[in-house]
Amino acid sequence: MGQSFYNGKALLNALESELAVCCRGIVKDFGSGQALTHVLRGVDLDVRFGEKTFLVGQSGCGKTTLISIIAGLLTATEGSLNVLGEDLRKLRGGRLVDFRSKNLGFIFQQFNLLPSLNAAENAAVPLVGQGMAFSKAVKLATEMLEKLEMGVHARKYPSQLSGGQQQRVAISRALLHNPRLVICDEPTASLDAEAGQAVMKLLSTLAASNDRAVIIVTHDTRIFSFADRIAYMADGKIDHIESAETLSNNG
Amino acid sequence: MYRIALKMLFFDQAKFFGLVLGVAFSILLINQQMGIFLGLLSRAGAIIDDTPEANIWVMDPGVKNLDTVFPLRDIELGRVRGVRGVKWAVPYFKSMATVRTATGELESALLIGADDSSLIGIPLEFVLGSPEDLRRPDAVAVGKDGFGKVWLGEEISLGKTVELNDRRAYVAAVVKDSPKFTSAITFYTRYTQALAYTNNGRNQLSFLLVRSEPEMDPREVARNISDQTGLMALTSEEFRQKAVQYVIDNTGIPVSFGTVIALGIVVGVCVVGLMFNLFVLENLRHFAVLKAIGIKNSRLILMVGLQAMVVGFIGYGVGLGAAASFFEFAGRDPNFAGFFLPWKIAVASAGVAAAIIALASIFALRRVLVIEPAIVFRG
Repeated sequence: MGQSFYNGKALLNALESELAVCCRGIVKDFGSGQALTHVLRGVDLDVRFGEKTFLVGQSGCGKTTLISIIAGLLTATEGSLNVLGEDLRKLRGGRLVDFRSKNLGFIFQQFNLLPSLNAAENAAVPLVGQGMAFSKAVKLATEMLEKLEMGVHARKYPSQLSGGQQQRVAISRALLHNPRLVICDEPTASLDAEAGQAVMKLLSTLAASNDRAVIIVTHDTRIFSFADRIAYMADGKIDHIESAETLSNNG
Repeated sequence: MYRIALKMLFFDQAKFFGLVLGVAFSILLINQQMGIFLGLLSRAGAIIDDTPEANIWVMDPGVKNLDTVFPLRDIELGRVRGVRGVKWAVPYFKSMATVRTATGELESALLIGADDSSLIGIPLEFVLGSPEDLRRPDAVAVGKDGFGKVWLGEEISLGKTVELNDRRAYVAAVVKDSPKFTSAITFYTRYTQALAYTNNGRNQLSFLLVRSEPEMDPREVARNISDQTGLMALTSEEFRQKAVQYVIDNTGIPVSFGTVIALGIVVGVCVVGLMFNLFVLENLRHFAVLKAIGIKNSRLILMVGLQAMVVGFIGYGVGLGAAASFFEFAGRDPNFAGFFLPWKIAVASAGVAAAIIALASIFALRRVLVIEPAIVFRG
């Protein structure tokens, strides 16, 4: 009995070590009384290292709320949440901000670049936030932008860049500090098909590694081919999950 | 993060200049109005300032200010000289006179009669001429700014004649005097000469100027004079305070200037507060992005604080510079002569600028601190 318990725990640890995110029974309510809204109704989701997990579903099904909770930007009403080995519900205040700063990278639908900073300075923000000297962070960001073939645009401001170029800057910003979990919210929604494909190829090349996980919220079916797994959400729950094999078998 | 904060601040130049001008306008108004106000008040005691040799002024007990004079009897001079602690006492005459300017217009002028022998009561700084020149018949000295009023546009010079209360006066000297509250033109002459210009007979003694013995406290000597003569004796500083207080209590000047200054502060707080709030509001999403990325609230507070401080410093500098320029350039006009920018007001207005910035940033910070970083995922 004891032996089997030991084996079971070891198996659980082994499984958990492969998991970047482990959500169990996540519930999120907004408001109270008559205005109470159940947005998430018990979400179970695993996100593995080395994978790009797509989160898809109709508007209002709770995708954005779920990634906000996984990112530590919102707190779940109920349920357990383990992100990169940390029980996120136990992290508070400065420790939670530090955790986010060191381990998470964000890519947003609207890019959310600071208009007052040029491309390199925008990409450098997370490193500066971690305390690195501004000039050193900008130098590293410029090198990163050069890898993305954005070197010539490093000193341009967001208003001088196309949507695809802005998203490349956002990718640089999300990855420059080498986070272990990258959360993307509709990364191709503001881009045309060609730019969207280019951004996804870039993201796949740069973000995918065995010690990093990527969560992508999207409605864009054109980029589903980049997914390792797709979690379909409906009515505040994970409805079903399709793996890459299933996807390729289905054509 | 501070460079990022500054880049955010300077990026929207229109808003940045609006913020700076808001603070600058407030600071300019406070310093300019306070400078003029204090300058006006100092004019109330101008002739005391121009008579540093005396440290006690003796007058009728009914006198409330320098401009309302009740003449003393001539014998009071001897009585005051007999009081213990009085080193010397001299007569001093002060009256209004009518002067005909070079263009034939009549102007009101102040006529000061100083002790014939010592000439105590004449300003010490002679621009042209010398005290000895005032001993000649009909000789008067005129204040430098007053000269420009009587002989409009002419270079200051000696030897001009003027009608003073319909009597001829000869300009034997030009002195540098303090601007007065009631008249821009002041003539100085000997006491007996001044009496001749007013032609009012005996007992025209306006004040007695007294110097106390060096080892005696002037306040004690003044008390002795009051006790022994029944006259009012005040030290120069006391009399100056009394004259200034009279202006404060009996004119609308403090209320008028106070209202403008208060409006300057209110407008500054409102303009800067609203614009800074607007600036933060427009950058709220960017602050939320910084929060989401992992920038702590404490650093965001420092960022907003730095932005506010930079606006405050530059606005204060511009406002103070503008106020100083005003006094520098306007001070060349005799009408503004004597107005100045006291360093205490400059320091106090820095406190006002700090308060404006603190209020503006506190309200703006509230928005930054309560913003949910999760809004970054909303389109």
